[in-house]
Amino acid sequence: MSQKITSYPGHEITPEDVKEGKYLDVVYKFEPKYSWAAGVAISRFLAELKEGRIIARKCLNCERILVPPRMYCERCFRPTDEWVRIKDTGTINTYSISHVGTDARRLKTPILVAVVDLDGATPGMGILHNLGEVEPSKIKVGMRVRAVWKSSSERQGAITDIRYFKPIGDE
Amino acid sequence: MLESPKELSFEATRMALDSAGLELKDIQSVVSGSAPDAFDGVHMKGEYLLDGMGGIGKPNQRVYVGGGTGVFTPIGGWWNVASGMYDTCLCVAEEKMSPLHPHPQYAFWSIFDQILERPLGTTLLWIFSLEMRRYMHKYGIKEEEIASVAVKNKGNAVDHPCAQLGAKITVEDVMNSEPICWPVKRLDVSPPSDGAAAVVLASEKVAKKLTDQPVWLDGVGWTLDTTHWTNRDLAYPEYVERAAWMAYKMAGIKKPRKEIDIAEVYDPFDYKELHHMEGLQLAGKGEAPKMAVDGVTQRDGDLPVCPSGGLLGVGNPIAAAGMMKICEVFWQLRGEAGKRQVKKDARTGLAQAWGDLMQVGTVAVMRS
Repeated sequence: MSQKITSYPGHEITPEDVKEGKYLDVVYKFEPKYSWAAGVAISRFLAELKEGRIIARKCLNCERILVPPRMYCERCFRPTDEWVRIKDTGTINTYSISHVGTDARRLKTPILVAVVDLDGATPGMGILHNLGEVEPSKIKVGMRVRAVWKSSSERQGAITDIRYFKPIGDE
Repeated sequence: MLESPKELSFEATRMALDSAGLELKDIQSVVSGSAPDAFDGVHMKGEYLLDGMGGIGKPNQRVYVGGGTGVFTPIGGWWNVASGMYDTCLCVAEEKMSPLHPHPQYAFWSIFDQILERPLGTTLLWIFSLEMRRYMHKYGIKEEEIASVAVKNKGNAVDHPCAQLGAKITVEDVMNSEPICWPVKRLDVSPPSDGAAAVVLASEKVAKKLTDQPVWLDGVGWTLDTTHWTNRDLAYPEYVERAAWMAYKMAGIKKPRKEIDIAEVYDPFDYKELHHMEGLQLAGKGEAPKMAVDGVTQRDGDLPVCPSGGLLGVGNPIAAAGMMKICEVFWQLRGEAGKRQVKKDARTGLAQAWGDLMQVGTVAVMRS
């Protein structure tokens, strides 16, 4: 049937058309404020970040050490059992050099982003974070990295208490 | 596009009814598919779209699994008909991404974890660029090999009457395009789009009365994985494999690579087509790039993939893009795809979509 279609109604409106006022422009601002419940597991995780530590949860049934921590094991479908402190070092599982921000606007300085598999957690348990103190062209999958923390007075119990991860290098 | 979401839906729905030789009074139930409400800024979009989709006064359900929605919509229709509840079901998918400024991508910010991920400045492109990099690393895949998919699909789309980005380009063009989120470059990505697509599903007895050339929905499958996407093997979409085997078992398919003649694989990014071909068992792990480079997936190849032009070429109006793939398989199996018609005699086709935080697989197997 598609080959029988020869023309379509309508035409494209460009951002310039809108700027020039060729079309009615209705601005809708939706600015809700949320106070999210971080939950039992993540509240503890954030409290530990404030102390400069990373904590995980262990399921004694499958023996996985889970990070981000959760109070239940989604595979075994039972409560997890214990808190386990893990290290603030890890390995780059994958990375990217982002030239765009949240709303797709181009950035002057790219954001370096990675999934970092943390030491002490079950292999493959990564978290999303930023990379720093490294040339983009020098980043490699498999590179060893360490968390760079904000000072204790600056930390507020947030994922950004870790500024970024940097290569461990020759330490 | 100028058309409102309801008008877009009407255009597609009317075309589907005309194609089936039916009127709305012949339709017993309606399944609608549309992805994030945030694009339109209209909450509860299923209800809003209802009249353009022919759903007034009929049993209606909206299905929604992000990018997987397009193929999930006819799966929802299949529940309606295969259960014996209805003999005819209209399945309509619509997406209008253009209303949101400065960029529709902004709507995706809120799919990330609000406490652990959003504060890092997330953009949707990250999940793709991180997955693409991991996939390349695991199997030693080159960016040029991946780029060949963009070249194929945009080239195929030149023959599609609805195509937004049909073009004859080269691997070099892709490699030289702006690195927006390396390894993802501008031409590795599908565009934001507006669109709608629709099909009519009918029970066996009704379908045989309507046409001598029915296309059967022989297998459907869908699974979701957790939103803990950073805990997952990013090089292999296991949830797509699970969905695929569910559909293959239903359709009696044991060797997908041999039994599937054409595949409309979900391709919002060029590497995604390859990644999904592997999940769908149409290529061994890490082996899809070679098939693309060797021309196996071209329209005249042994396994044509995205003969429509895919999301990379036709466009990516999220839910409608998946449904566009269902429509393409329908036309290909009936020999009605015109210039896009594949060379081989296609009897069994597959459409697949994917979505959310690397977690949704939706698969449909169709036969003529």
